[in-house]
Amino acid sequence: MSGENGYDGYRGPALAKLQEYEAMVWSDVTVATTKGEFAGLILPRNEMADPEHIVLKMITGYNVGLHVGGIEAITIHGRKVANYKIPEKEFPFTEGLPRVKLLGTGGTIASRLDYRTGAVIPAFSPGELYGSVPELADICNLETEKLYGVFSENMGHEQWIGLAEAIGKEIAKGVDGIVVGHGTDTMHHTAAALSFMVQDSPVPIVMVGSQRSSDRPSSDAAINLINATRTAATSDMAEVMVCMFGPTSDQYGLLHQGTRVRKMHSSYRSTFRTLSDIPLGMVDVAGVTPFKDDYNPRRDDTDVKINAVFDDRVSLVYYYPGMKPDIVDSLVDNGYRGIVIAGTGLGHVNRPLYAALDRAHAAGVAMYMTVQTLWGFVQMFVYETGREIMELGVTPAANMLPEVAYVKLGWALGQTSDLDEVKRIMLTPISRDITEREPHNGYLVLQGGIPEVEAFMSGQWK
Amino acid sequence: MTLDVSYDPLQGNPLPVYGTWTPAEYEALGLMVGLEVHQQLQTRRKLFCRCPAGLFHAEGHDVEILRHMRPTLSEMGDYDGTALMEFKTRKEIHYLLKNESVCTYEMDDAPPFEMDPVALERAIVVSMMLDLQLVDELHIARKQYLDGSIPTGFQRTAIIGVHGSIPHEGRTIGIRQLSIEEDSCREVADKGHLRVYRTDRLGMPLIETVTEPDMHTPEEAASVCEALRRLARASGLVRTGVGAGREDVNVSIRGGTRIEIKGVSSIKAIPRLVHNEALRQRSLLAIREVLHGRGVTVESIVDASQDVTQIVHGTDWRYMQKHVSQGARVAAVPLAGFEGLINTPTQPHTRFLKEFSDRVRVVACIDLLPNIICSTSETETLSGFEWEKIEKVCGVDHGTPVMVVWGDERDVKTAVQEILIRARDAVAGVPEETRQSLPDGTNGFERILPGASRMYPDTDLPPIVIDNARTTELRACMPLRPWERMAMMREAGVGEDLARRLVKHQAWNLFARLLPRLKPGGSLIPTGLASLLLDRDAPRPLNEVAAGEWWDATIDRLAAGDLLVDAVVIGDEPLPSPLPADEARIRFETIVADLPADLPADARRPRAALRPVMKELRGLVPGATLARWTEEVSA
Repeated sequence: MSGENGYDGYRGPALAKLQEYEAMVWSDVTVATTKGEFAGLILPRNEMADPEHIVLKMITGYNVGLHVGGIEAITIHGRKVANYKIPEKEFPFTEGLPRVKLLGTGGTIASRLDYRTGAVIPAFSPGELYGSVPELADICNLETEKLYGVFSENMGHEQWIGLAEAIGKEIAKGVDGIVVGHGTDTMHHTAAALSFMVQDSPVPIVMVGSQRSSDRPSSDAAINLINATRTAATSDMAEVMVCMFGPTSDQYGLLHQGTRVRKMHSSYRSTFRTLSDIPLGMVDVAGVTPFKDDYNPRRDDTDVKINAVFDDRVSLVYYYPGMKPDIVDSLVDNGYRGIVIAGTGLGHVNRPLYAALDRAHAAGVAMYMTVQTLWGFVQMFVYETGREIMELGVTPAANMLPEVAYVKLGWALGQTSDLDEVKRIMLTPISRDITEREPHNGYLVLQGGIPEVEAFMSGQWK
Repeated sequence: MTLDVSYDPLQGNPLPVYGTWTPAEYEALGLMVGLEVHQQLQTRRKLFCRCPAGLFHAEGHDVEILRHMRPTLSEMGDYDGTALMEFKTRKEIHYLLKNESVCTYEMDDAPPFEMDPVALERAIVVSMMLDLQLVDELHIARKQYLDGSIPTGFQRTAIIGVHGSIPHEGRTIGIRQLSIEEDSCREVADKGHLRVYRTDRLGMPLIETVTEPDMHTPEEAASVCEALRRLARASGLVRTGVGAGREDVNVSIRGGTRIEIKGVSSIKAIPRLVHNEALRQRSLLAIREVLHGRGVTVESIVDASQDVTQIVHGTDWRYMQKHVSQGARVAAVPLAGFEGLINTPTQPHTRFLKEFSDRVRVVACIDLLPNIICSTSETETLSGFEWEKIEKVCGVDHGTPVMVVWGDERDVKTAVQEILIRARDAVAGVPEETRQSLPDGTNGFERILPGASRMYPDTDLPPIVIDNARTTELRACMPLRPWERMAMMREAGVGEDLARRLVKHQAWNLFARLLPRLKPGGSLIPTGLASLLLDRDAPRPLNEVAAGEWWDATIDRLAAGDLLVDAVVIGDEPLPSPLPADEARIRFETIVADLPADLPADARRPRAALRPVMKELRGLVPGATLARWTEEVSA
C-alpha cells in the first residue's frame, strides 16, 4: 500500500526508510549517504517508479533521487508543503460585453502536476482561468462550469449526452456563445456528437483544447482559449466548431466544422484539419474571418433542438487485408446493432467477409461504409466488389468521416430501431457531415522537398 | 590596519581602473566569485532527439516559426520573478529553422525522445573527474527561460553529481554541481518587441559545471575557469572551438548580492568584468547608505509620474522632437530623495542613470538610445525652461532628479513602472540580476536573476536510474586529470616547463600511451619524448590514431639500437640507421682531414671549430662518441 500517512507514492524499502526517520513528504531534511550529504525537501514519488529511491528537491530547485541502500541518516529541519495553485481572481463583469459560458470537461487546456502518476492532470476554475489568461476579460463576461474532469480518451456517449443537455440549458438561459474545454485526442468525436445532438443553435458552440499543456511557457492553451472565446462571443457563425491552431506558429486559429474535423498529428499544435472541405473560417486578435457564407447565422432567440440520445452497441471496424469473418461475427454475437466499416479505396472489403456481412444483415445490424483514405467519397458502383457488398446490406455513407459515421449511427440507433428510418437519418446531411461537393482545395496536403513547396514555406509561417 | 575601500557617491570620484588594486583591496571588499562553465559534449546526436549535433548555419533558413511565452507556476506553486518580467516585455519570438538540423522536437511540436545515452555517460565521466558525488537517480527538470531562447520555454536539465572539488594552485576549489542539459538557440536580433533566434545548436548536449564562490580575486576567477576548461578538455569528451564552451561569472561583495554575468566571451575578459562588477556593487551599496540616511524607503518611493508630452511638444532638442512628432508619449518620473545620486559612477564610463536606462530598454523595449534623460544630468537635452516646467508639473524643486522617458504609450507606461522598481531596488542595495557582459569590460542589465521557482519536473520523461556497475566500469578507465598528468610527468622526470606545456597539449594522449614503452636506461628518456612531441621546428605526427604506428616503430628502432635520438630530432625522413663504428671513424677522419688547414684550433671552443663534423655525422654516430673524438682531435 502506498501513499499512506503522508508518504505519498512511496512503497517498499523507500517507505520503510522514510518511516524509520519519520521523514514524511515535504519534510525539509539533510540526508547523510555513503556518498555525502544531500539537503532538500522530500517530494512525493510517482507510484509507478521503483520502490528504492527517495526524491529530494534541492535548494537550487533541481530534483535528485537517492537510493535507500546508501542512506545512513535523515535529519529533519522543518516542513514546506507545495501549494500548487494558480492565483485565483474573480472574473470581472464588464457591462456591454457578450456573455459566454465555458463548460469544462478536462484535458490539458488547464492542467497541473499530478505526483501520483508523474503526469499532468486537468485543473479548472473560472478564477484560475482568469488568473492565468486575463485577456479573456477584454472579450466577454465569462461564466464557467466544470462538467467533467477527464482526459479526452475517457469521454464517451454518456458525457456527450450530458454535455449536449448542459449546452441546451445555457442556450435557454440566453448566453451569447458557448466554449467547451476538451482534451484533444477525441475532440472530433465529441464535436461530431454535439453537431448531431444540438441542432439549430442560435449561438456559436466552440470546442477548444491545447496540444502543449498549460504548465509550459510555450503552451498553446491561452491563445486557443482566447481565440475560442472570441469566436463564441463575437462570431456570426452559429455552428458547432473546433477552434485550434492553424499553423504551429502563434498566428491564428482555424474554425473547423464539428463533423469535418479530425486530429491528424499526434503532437503538432496544428493537428486539427478539416477534411474534404475548407474550414469555416479563421480567428485571431483582429476577430473572426469566415471563409464561407452558407453557415447558420447567429440569432437572437433562445430556441435550440436538443436530441441527446445514443445507442453504444455500435462499432467502427477498420478493415485490413486478410481480415477474418469472425471479427464481424463476434460483433453480431455480442448484440451490436450497428457497424461502420472503414473500407479500402472507394469502400471495399475482401470476399471472405461477405458471408459474415450477410449474417449480420440477416440479424438486422445496420451497416455503413466509409473510407479509410479519409478524404473523398465512398463509391461502390465503380468496381464489382462494391456492388456485391451493397447487395449484402452495406450502405455507402458518402463522404462522412469514419468517426463521424460511427457517432451518427449510434445517435440514429438511439432514436429508432427501424432500419429504414436509421438509413434516412444517416444519409440526411445535418451539419456538413455529408457534403454535396468536394472542392478541389478540400484536399491540400503539401509535400516537403518539392522546390515550389519549399519556396512557399520559406515565405510563410510554418 | 584595515584597508579603506569605501566610496562616497556624493563626491563622485572616478573609480579605480582594473589593474590598480591588489588582492588586499578585494579582500577588504569581501569579493566572492563563482563560475558556471558550460561545455558542449562531443556526441553524434542531440540530447533529446535524433537530430545531428554540431551543425552550424551562419545564415539562411528553410522556415520560420512565431511564438510567445507565458509564465507558468513552479512545482512549489510560485511564479518566478524572471518569468513575470519577461512576460512584461511582450516579445514576439521568431525561430529560424533549417531542415538538416531541426526536427519537430526542437520546434516544440513533439515530445522528447529518451536522453542520448552517449551524452549521459560522457557527462558522468566528467562528473567523476571533478570528484562529484553521483546521484542515484536522475530527475529531468524543466528550467524556465521565457526569453524565448528555447522554444518550449524551458530547458531540460538534470543534476548528475554534487559536492565535488578540484585542487588549484595549492587550494581546493569546491564544485557545487554538474548538470547535463540541452543547449539553447543563438540570438541573432533583439529589437523593440521582436527577438530572432537561430536553432542550429538548440538541443545539443551540454554540461554545466557550477563552482562554489571560492575565488577571491579577479585573476583567480580566470585561472580557475581555465583549469575547469582544461579539465573538461582533458576528458576528450567535449567539443572545442568557437561557441562550444561558455561561462557565466557570479560576483558578490560583502553586503552585496550574487550577480550573474552572462555572455562572457573569453576567459581573458573575466578579471576586468569581475573588478568592474565589484565596483558597481560598491557604488550601489554606497548609494543605499545615502538613501537610508535620508529616510528613503521602498514605501516612500511613490508613483508621481506625469505625462509631459505637451510640455516638450515644441522642444528644440531634435532627438525628442523627432519622436514626439511621430506620436511618442513622454512621461516624467520625479525621484525625491535621490538628489545628487543619479550621476554616481558605477562602472568605468557608466553612471547610476544607466541602471534605469537598462531596465527601460530591456523590459519596456524602448531601445533607441538615449531612452531616458534626467533633469540633473549635465548632457544638453531639453532646455532649462522646459525642465523647469516639468519640475513644476511634478511638484519638485530643482535638484530633485526627474527622469523623462518617451515612446509608444504602452511601453512608456511599462517604462515608468520600471523606473520606480529600480528606484525601490536602490533602497535594498544591489538587486538580484542576471547581467550581460559588454566588450568594454562593463556589464548591463539583462533580466532579474531567476531562482529555484523556475524549476519544474519534466513530466514527459521518467527518472533514469544510474547503473552502478556501469559507473564502476567508467571509473576504471577515467582519463587522467591535469594534476594527475603533472604528477605522472614529474614522476617520469619530465622537466616542469615541458610538463606544463604538454599537460594541455593535444600530444598528451600520445605521450601517455608511449611513456610505458620507453625502456629505463634507454636512449630516449621521457623528457626527450616530451620535447620531441612539443618541438615546433620539426613537427612530427601528433594525432594519436594516425601517428601511432610511426611512433611505435620509431621507439622500437631506438630500443633495438637501430636509430639514434639525434636522428629523430633532426627528423630527415626516412630516419637513418647509425653507422657501424669503423665506418663512422673513417668518415670522421675524412671530414677532419678535409677541414681547411689554416683553420686555427680555438682552444676554448674546440667544438665550434669542428661544427662541420657535427653537422654531417649527428644522428649517424652517438653524440657521446662524437664528443669524445672531437675532444681527442682538439687536444
